[in-house]
Amino acid sequence: MKQSGGWLWRASVANLFFLYGPIAALMLFSFNASRLSATWQGWSLQWYRALWADQALQAAAVNSLWVATVSTVLALLLGVGLAVGLEGLPGRRQRQIEQALLLPLVIPEVMMGVSLLLFFVLVRMPLSLTTVIVGHALFNVPVVMVIVRARLRKLDPRLLEVAADLGASYWGALRYVTLPLLRPAILGAGLMAFTISLDDFIVTYFTAGPGATTLPLKVYSMIKSGLSPEINALSALFVIVSMGLIGFSLLLQRR
Amino acid sequence: MKISVSVGRAPSWWLLGPGLVWMGLLFVVPLCLMFVISFAGRGTYGGIVWSFSLTNYLDLLHPLYARILGQSILLAAGTTLLCLTMGFPLAYYIARAAPRRQGIWLLLVMIPFWTNFLVRTYAWMFILRTEGLLNTVLLKLGVISSPSELLYSNTAVMIGLVYGYLPFMVLPLYVALERVDRTLVEAAWDLYATRWTVFRRIILPLAKPGVAAGCLLVFIPSLGAFLTPDLLGGARSMMIGNLIQHEFLVARDWPLGAAISCLLMLCVVGMMRWSLRAAKPLVPPESES
Repeated sequence: MKQSGGWLWRASVANLFFLYGPIAALMLFSFNASRLSATWQGWSLQWYRALWADQALQAAAVNSLWVATVSTVLALLLGVGLAVGLEGLPGRRQRQIEQALLLPLVIPEVMMGVSLLLFFVLVRMPLSLTTVIVGHALFNVPVVMVIVRARLRKLDPRLLEVAADLGASYWGALRYVTLPLLRPAILGAGLMAFTISLDDFIVTYFTAGPGATTLPLKVYSMIKSGLSPEINALSALFVIVSMGLIGFSLLLQRR
Repeated sequence: MKISVSVGRAPSWWLLGPGLVWMGLLFVVPLCLMFVISFAGRGTYGGIVWSFSLTNYLDLLHPLYARILGQSILLAAGTTLLCLTMGFPLAYYIARAAPRRQGIWLLLVMIPFWTNFLVRTYAWMFILRTEGLLNTVLLKLGVISSPSELLYSNTAVMIGLVYGYLPFMVLPLYVALERVDRTLVEAAWDLYATRWTVFRRIILPLAKPGVAAGCLLVFIPSLGAFLTPDLLGGARSMMIGNLIQHEFLVARDWPLGAAISCLLMLCVVGMMRWSLRAAKPLVPPESES
């Protein structure tokens, strides 16, 4: 094994360089003083200042936070319900439903976006921030379910038996035993769903009505209208916020 | 035990119900609608005419569409193959690392995946465009004398796709490789197997479920990619995702767009059936839970 160790290590480090290099370069150049975004001309915070002053960007940020908050609450209510409710079903049925619910995570996002667009138009629901929220709550329900179920599997089933022996009803055991034990997982799932919602472009792109611009939609239109160092700055902020939220979420899930 | 189960079963529908209705109404119903509309006709002003015909599917045989479909499959397959060749050494290295370091490496592989996909794609635009980072650096170093157009090509699309989905390949590969019994590999060394033989006869067959799962997880989103070809590809690097978007939002031919979506769905389901069978050993036995 020793003989191939060096080669494998080099290949692995090269992979990491491939994964991190572009993001690192992007973030570095967000501090570049030059308008010609790929030539380094000294440190500057001017692009961050430009972001701060951008009114349209602020409106988009407010929209994004609103969408992420409401869709996360919805996804938590529905997803935790599914995760806990599935436990009460016989094994075979449980597995079938769980697998079917994972399908939204596997199919290409474009399909989900387009089919939702079709649905909203056919039921005559005007596209707006509400339709975006519904779309986000759709793909986040399976995410929440998966994380909460992973935690449920690790719980000691005897705890529920004890609760039943002590005369707890189903809802009592759920309220005083299961849910408190699931709290870190639920919080972790919520943070994950919140981040995915903040980051989502495709489903938002197909379900947003006029005026319902979220941050990723704004970034997209900025990219389409020509590259500028401001996009680098905005991207850097995105990277930092996502990584922070996800890191926090993972910490909660591990507990 | 029995009591808690029977107590638990009856009201669980109250918990499941809302979620199941939600997913059914917003996931299953829209996909069914898409299927129905793929047989409908297009009105003069872009509306849907409720009639039944196979015209939309026959239209897909047109060379223009067939070329895009074929190109998408080629790009997705190339992406999958590249991810496999790049990800395999990495996954193997992680699987053989000390247990404590495995966690750190896995986290390092996953972190880029959790950053915004749009941002990650933009990073490559920043690097590859004519005035981009790569051209600037190469010019400064004197490697090239004039900047070359790297962006807006199939190569750029493939780089973007590999970049986006490499973690999807590494994780299942790692899970499969981590389970490979080291003593088997050592026994092969003892029997004077060459490195290539060990890889081909022992490691690869045992890693097959991981390879299948990884290929599935990379191929499907690559095939349905929209953002990557939209931003990194040129006029000739359109993929199925872009075609669907074009039919729905630009050409306003929804029935045709629906037919393309159904075709994509068919590819996805076919690919899933194939690789889930191959990846079966990777799914933990249910008796555990």
